[in-house]
Amino acid sequence: MSEERTLDLLEAKIEELRSLNREDGIDLSGEIERLEKKLEAMRRELYSNLSDWERVRFARHPKRPYALDYIEAVFTDFYELHGDRIVGDDPALVAGLARLDGRSVVVLGQQKGRSTEEKQLRLFGMTRPHGYRKARRALLLAERFSFPVITLIDTPGAYPGVEAEELNIGCAIAENLLTMSSLATPIVSLVIGEGGSGGALAIGVADCILMLENAIYSVISPEAAASIVWRDKERMKEAAVALNLTAPHLFERGLIDAVISEPLGGAHRDFAATTKSVRSELVRRVEDLAALPVDELVEKRYERYRNVGQFRMTSDDTV
Amino acid sequence: MSIFKEKRYVRVDVESKPEEGLWMKCKSCGDLLFKRRVKENNNICPSCGEYFFLTAMERVETLVDEGSFVDGAKPIESNDPLMFVDSKPYSQRLDEAREATGLADAIVVGTADVGGIGIVLAVMDFRFIGGSMGSVMGEQICHGMETAVEKKVPFVLVSSSGGARIQEGVYSLMQMAKTAAVRKHLADARLPFISIMTYPTSGGVQASIASLGDIIIAERGTMIGFAGRRVIQSTIAKELPPNYQTDSFALEHGGIDRVVSRDVLRTELADVLSFFSGVLS
Repeated sequence: MSEERTLDLLEAKIEELRSLNREDGIDLSGEIERLEKKLEAMRRELYSNLSDWERVRFARHPKRPYALDYIEAVFTDFYELHGDRIVGDDPALVAGLARLDGRSVVVLGQQKGRSTEEKQLRLFGMTRPHGYRKARRALLLAERFSFPVITLIDTPGAYPGVEAEELNIGCAIAENLLTMSSLATPIVSLVIGEGGSGGALAIGVADCILMLENAIYSVISPEAAASIVWRDKERMKEAAVALNLTAPHLFERGLIDAVISEPLGGAHRDFAATTKSVRSELVRRVEDLAALPVDELVEKRYERYRNVGQFRMTSDDTV
Repeated sequence: MSIFKEKRYVRVDVESKPEEGLWMKCKSCGDLLFKRRVKENNNICPSCGEYFFLTAMERVETLVDEGSFVDGAKPIESNDPLMFVDSKPYSQRLDEAREATGLADAIVVGTADVGGIGIVLAVMDFRFIGGSMGSVMGEQICHGMETAVEKKVPFVLVSSSGGARIQEGVYSLMQMAKTAAVRKHLADARLPFISIMTYPTSGGVQASIASLGDIIIAERGTMIGFAGRRVIQSTIAKELPPNYQTDSFALEHGGIDRVVSRDVLRTELADVLSFFSGVLS
């Protein structure tokens, strides 16, 4: 984003003046203050009224914190588990034990790659059947020992490939939906970046669904939607609006439980602040859910999903 | 693998009025066919064996004991929650689909007998916006499963869908979770769920309720898969195997229990249901 680059340049300029101020003893504090005010105003202007499409760009921003960044910063003692016990290990979905505020939990996260090498290894977070089956194994482990589950969603979608179809990725997703819908332990899902369709939902059936402010969650990517409904991939901005895929939209519709605010300029601009908000929200949600009797928890989750959807009656008869 | 020729579907155009004229032309062999003869033959071309596309009600007729189907759908329709507009408004798209099919949405639900065994049957109709699953279909499937639990009878779902309904956004996506959640009630009540996959069973439907049957039967000629062929081809940039995402591919890789030709689907369903008559009181 070119506006972002302007901000980066301005920030660098301020930094330069600061070092001059220190090293040469020239008093530039007035100038620095002026520029800082300008920077702040520009940030506010640029980021306070993001369009839906700009949020899509943020959700996919290359500097955006990924699942392992949160696992590292929000949790302690992450102990990664590997493999689905049948086919292999899928690095696009990490699973493991960890502590959240001292409590043992199971954490699942879809991990995009930062470097080119890592991107290839993790297939940009596009999860394969053995990733979902590893997740299911970890979910059942959590249930067995009453560990709360936290899932961090960030995927363009399930991996579309020959091998994935051979291993029946559709069935792997379906079985996770079934497993999660009645899992007898609390589940909190947080969409940190892209919530790409069934590939995201497969670790997203939860008692509490949270989204970061600039995360998205959609039945289909805006590009794919545009190419299907308009037969024109370039109309993705319109598609992004039509799909109602941003956190504020989904919250307004009651499809998610809360939106976690991001620092001005996005989660990556001030990761420490983001971490703090995420940790306190997760801790609070897990505490609340863990306090409920497990039968009640599962019943509430069931009611939530049983009632999701929008339609109208066409007659007064009830069948 | 198969000793049979792979059958491909011929889609009957939505525009064609089935009641007009006594004759039709097979798009595969070009023969002029007497419509009633085609119907008696389970909508299979008597000349070349090609399968014609079935509407939901035609499917019901080929599957259940004659005259046994009783509509049990909830009286609901989509309220276009996102007020979605693409090349035309979704509300208009819905009106057109209703007009063309005579259905409220892409699914028919009711009770029926198959070989004398009572079931709840839900059948998708591909003509209605590609058989896509939105809030209405999700609710009807759940309603069907709940009716089966209430009546203590098996649940049979015949899928024919391109996946989730884009025009309902995340509401559509959530129907995958919704149907999966309700599916558990059938298991808890020890009621069998037979999933029949017909052309095509893909996307969000294949990745949810259709894959959760106790037994999964595919009609010969079915396309089964999660991601669309074009999506995969653009991702991996190489040719796909010729039988890719076909019924035989799914059978070979362990995704389904059996592949059955249309003319014996009804007897096959009756046979498999009969195994469970002991547990159905």
